[in-house]
Amino acid sequence: MTASATPAPPGSSPGTRPHAPSPGSTLRPARPATLPPAGLPGLDPAWSRLVQAPDAGGTVRTWHVLDAGPREPRGTLLCLHGNPTWSYLWRDLVARGAAAGWRVVAVDQLEMGFSERTGQRRGLAHRVRDLTGLVDALELTGDVVAVGQDWGGVVATGWAALEHARGLVAAQAPAGRHAAARPVRRLAGLVVMNTAAAHDVDDAAPGPLKLATLPGVLPLVTSRTDAFLRTTLALTHPPLERAVREAYRAPYRHAADRAGIEDFVADVPVGPAHPSRPAIDQVAAGAEELGRSGLPALVLWGPRDPVFGEGYLRDWRRRLPQADVHRFEGAGHLLPEDADVAGAVLRWLDVRLGAGASTAAVEEDPAPHVPLWTRLDERADSAEPAVVEMGPAGVARRVPWSLLQRRTQELAAGLLEFGVEPGQRVSLLVPPGADLTAVMYAVVRIGAVGVVADAGLGLGGLTRAVKGAGVDVVIGVSRALVGARALGWPGRRIAAGPVSDTVLRLTGTRVTLADLAALGARRLADGVALPPAPEPSAEAAVLFTSGSTGPAKGVVYTHRQLSQLAQAMGATIRIGPGAGLVSAFAPFALFGPALGATCVVPAMDVTKPATLTASALAAAVAASGSTSAFLSPAALVNVLATADGLDEGGRAALRGVEVLLSAGAPVPNALLQQARTLMPLADPRSPYGATEVLPATDVSLDDVLAAGPGEGICVGRPIEGAVIAIAPLDADGRAGAQLVLEPGVTGEVVVGASHVKDHYDQLWLTQTDSVSVTAPDGAGDGARRWHRTGDVGHLDEQGRVWIEGRLAHVVVTGTEVVTPVGVEQRAESVPGIARAALVGVGPRHARQLAVVAEATAPVARTTVADPDLAQAVRAATGRNLVAVLLVPALPTDVRHNSKIDRARVSAWAGRALAGDRVEPLVRPRTAKGGRR
Amino acid sequence: MRVLVTGASGMLGRETARAFARRGDDVRVLQRRPSGIDGVSEVLGSLTDPASVRAAVADVDTVVHLAAKVSITGPHPEYVAVNVEGTRTLVEEARGAGVSRFVMVSSPSVAHAGAALVGEGTGPADPSSAHGSYAITKGQAELLALAADAPGFAVVAIRPHIVLGPGDTQLVQRIADRARAGRLPLLDDGTALIDTTYVDNAVDALLAAADRAEVAHGQAFVVTNGEPRTVAEVFARICQAAGVAAPTRRVPSAAAKVAGSLVERVWTWGRLPDEPPMTRFLAEQLSTAHWFDQRRTREVLQWAPRVPLDEGFRRLAAGFGR
Repeated sequence: MTASATPAPPGSSPGTRPHAPSPGSTLRPARPATLPPAGLPGLDPAWSRLVQAPDAGGTVRTWHVLDAGPREPRGTLLCLHGNPTWSYLWRDLVARGAAAGWRVVAVDQLEMGFSERTGQRRGLAHRVRDLTGLVDALELTGDVVAVGQDWGGVVATGWAALEHARGLVAAQAPAGRHAAARPVRRLAGLVVMNTAAAHDVDDAAPGPLKLATLPGVLPLVTSRTDAFLRTTLALTHPPLERAVREAYRAPYRHAADRAGIEDFVADVPVGPAHPSRPAIDQVAAGAEELGRSGLPALVLWGPRDPVFGEGYLRDWRRRLPQADVHRFEGAGHLLPEDADVAGAVLRWLDVRLGAGASTAAVEEDPAPHVPLWTRLDERADSAEPAVVEMGPAGVARRVPWSLLQRRTQELAAGLLEFGVEPGQRVSLLVPPGADLTAVMYAVVRIGAVGVVADAGLGLGGLTRAVKGAGVDVVIGVSRALVGARALGWPGRRIAAGPVSDTVLRLTGTRVTLADLAALGARRLADGVALPPAPEPSAEAAVLFTSGSTGPAKGVVYTHRQLSQLAQAMGATIRIGPGAGLVSAFAPFALFGPALGATCVVPAMDVTKPATLTASALAAAVAASGSTSAFLSPAALVNVLATADGLDEGGRAALRGVEVLLSAGAPVPNALLQQARTLMPLADPRSPYGATEVLPATDVSLDDVLAAGPGEGICVGRPIEGAVIAIAPLDADGRAGAQLVLEPGVTGEVVVGASHVKDHYDQLWLTQTDSVSVTAPDGAGDGARRWHRTGDVGHLDEQGRVWIEGRLAHVVVTGTEVVTPVGVEQRAESVPGIARAALVGVGPRHARQLAVVAEATAPVARTTVADPDLAQAVRAATGRNLVAVLLVPALPTDVRHNSKIDRARVSAWAGRALAGDRVEPLVRPRTAKGGRR
Repeated sequence: MRVLVTGASGMLGRETARAFARRGDDVRVLQRRPSGIDGVSEVLGSLTDPASVRAAVADVDTVVHLAAKVSITGPHPEYVAVNVEGTRTLVEEARGAGVSRFVMVSSPSVAHAGAALVGEGTGPADPSSAHGSYAITKGQAELLALAADAPGFAVVAIRPHIVLGPGDTQLVQRIADRARAGRLPLLDDGTALIDTTYVDNAVDALLAAADRAEVAHGQAFVVTNGEPRTVAEVFARICQAAGVAAPTRRVPSAAAKVAGSLVERVWTWGRLPDEPPMTRFLAEQLSTAHWFDQRRTREVLQWAPRVPLDEGFRRLAAGFGR
């Protein structure tokens, strides 16, 4: 079945015909197209066909394409591979796309794969025109989505831009057909991955291609040997199976087969005089035009790509602002081999082009938007303190509202002068205090986006966060700048706090915040006004999750949402204008001024909550007359542990605390009860929430005690304006889309509120999953977005929420679905058990439950609990546990030392209980610090 | 039902014979020494003697075959003679005598090549990769018995896993004795999960197999309590029941396997009287998980364990007079 060829390339009048091959081109060996050999893994021979079509120069060429799908497809995916692969790259998308009702056409570009070796060199302009001819010959009609990876993405984008420019195109009807019956083709979308939309004139060839383009080296590594091919195939994570690697090499066995690989590399448009320079610039302009057109677009990215780094992704986001973006953390250049690209593309097609795809805008929140800095501006003349920073000897700095307001204005003007533009991302690596508050407000005031990641992520996590967020500017203290330099973080740098000339020089930092403020002050004095406030719907901040429940995710808030978040937080912690709050929790640098409250930062190492002492807390309370304190559970533990060091004045100060909050991780009741002995006026509260929705519920110790024991941890009732619903678990432990409000039903906890995040940053799939819900009946009205928390739990008759663990930690057996927290709490009620983790072992239908625990009398190595203890745990939990294993320490997150890494415990227990020799669950050194 | 139970001198055979008798079946037993079981007729003899086998199968309709050489060392030909050839003789004589149901009592070790079995179903017997003479010959015996399954002669293989009960001399008594003598180490941390079967449950399963042979024929079924426990806990609870201190000494399993292999050969070659302290087979059994998915067994045999493990250990302790 070969499509009939038409004599002239459609749509290419002589005026638009691309240049002929460059004069220096030598003739290459020609070879006709063939079909791939049988038996290549994942490739159905029935998909392969040879198609004849005129190329850019009008000569009829033969292409090998994979072509599969139903008779009446939903549309066509036109897939373009890069260099040095072939259509084999798309085998998974072909199979699953066809099964999902799409026609999937994956072409082998000319000179590549099993398509014809024409004997010519083909530049980018040719390739785009070649594709046009092929598409016409294939008689593609209906919706067409162009898909491309690597340089195939460039060709796909170039083709899409042409197609868009031609508007609705009547397919070239073959001779003999009725003109009236001409079906219509429509460009419906663009999907690109690990590719370039543009290549700047002064850019070298990307990554390893640099070496390959050196004179004399190119033929050696690309065609005469298959070094380039092998190198590219080695870029997958994990490595390709041998049979798959061989399948990729199948069309490139001989040097003559590989001339196209060499020419493709030579076509990387380095420098202004490169023959493909006009073509790449045209693609870049075309991409921008597609961006303006609002064409549905999906950018998928594997960040571990030595060829196309994060800079290319940032460029795509600039050119296609409407694009949905998903970064697959840990995946690399050959993305379809590393990540579920087919699943992502098909999901995206369903959402964006499917029957249910809606273009209706999300209902706008009717509440008036109060800009974050309203309260700050109102206090421009106030000499009252806005921020109080404590040092070892007492108050280190007291910054009045007037100064904070002025400094914010100056920094805003200074940042503008420095060239920071609206929408640019500014990473803030500054400890909580007046500097962080001022610069954060300055950043959001000018419409830039503040990126805040907790130092608890560790350097590796921080680096992934900052690089992945596509940061344009890094504002950091000395240590952060040195780290940024060493780890190759992107962005221009601004120093905060004291910094030596050496560090400035070493890190290539030319300005400090003080310089910027001075510069801004001069501009303001010159009468330069700040620009109008950003739109409420504009992005304001990216807050990173702690990473304690998987790789840290960036959570994007708009100005409106951030403001609502501050209000929700203020209402929950009962703090408003004039009040004082002691906290080392970074987000309060933001919320304090928005609420008109004074923030007091106690003397401690803010990256290590456990360094806060009772005396330091008392000093902070006394210095500001604060009646509220917000402490992480780890900080609270240390405050209680150091309470003996309090003098009478300190005790008196703490007795005055009326509101005590602890959040970020579950807070044991015993801890809160102990806290009440120090702060008797406070009914300690432990709100429940996440970076995506802060807070969702509120609960006091008295509420928890009144609720009594139950299945899980009682986190109280939803805060004002929020709704908590449950997505019930099915027999496989999966949570569906339909939400319910009935008490007693266990499922994923889903929060609906106006202060829920806008979206996850560059995690389109994760975002789509997190909001796919069907609202429950009776949830009431109100502008509300939903967020799936990934926690499991239930509601009780009184409307209280009980958290039973993480969805990922639910144990599914042959007969039931078991949530972990309740079982663990009952195990921990047994004398001798300090902290327990429930795990499942064995295949699904025979799966058994076991408990791995820390003992109150620590064990030196993995020990099977003696029969009496094991029987006591079985009796307490009501579970026929196959084992109770005692370990020196359970692995926990660094930040809270309370979230048990159950995935690790489960994998470890599976091997230990199989009789494998296992390493200790936690390395001894860590275990020492990790013990409670 | 007229039933022949072979190997009624062991705990499981004795209890099985009693159970058939209790429910009113005619029971005959075949073993070398008097069984001492009330209400059954006895044929004294050996499987290696076709005449006594022929006498034993006369006029019965059901055979439950437990007799075997059960040990962990000894010359291979002895295992072959009893376990393989003895079974072959019994199958042939039974078929010749018009027996219609044949329950072959086998062992999960026939499908255990040394790797961990974690929640697996009943795999096919594989003598070529089984370890130790016992497992190899039992595997061959199971295969030849199942191969004889035919219309009118329904063969079912039952593999009870580690049968525990009062009066057991095979495992319980040995563990207790060794622990008392300080010769019972834990391999690694003793964390491998193993299935065990309380004797009454195994008996029930054998009766069920005889009753449902028409449905279950031609297949093998692993039978356990469905309550896996770690090796360390099984040891500890047996010791607790016997009133001796549980083992605390730990030996690396890799070393035990090497040492076990060596000791095994020395013991066999030297014809030493008692069981050796450690064999490669035992080292594997005690350091790798082997527990099973019981769904098919329960469904086909319409059987479920009546006595939970905890109750089993209570009865075990009572058996020790505790």
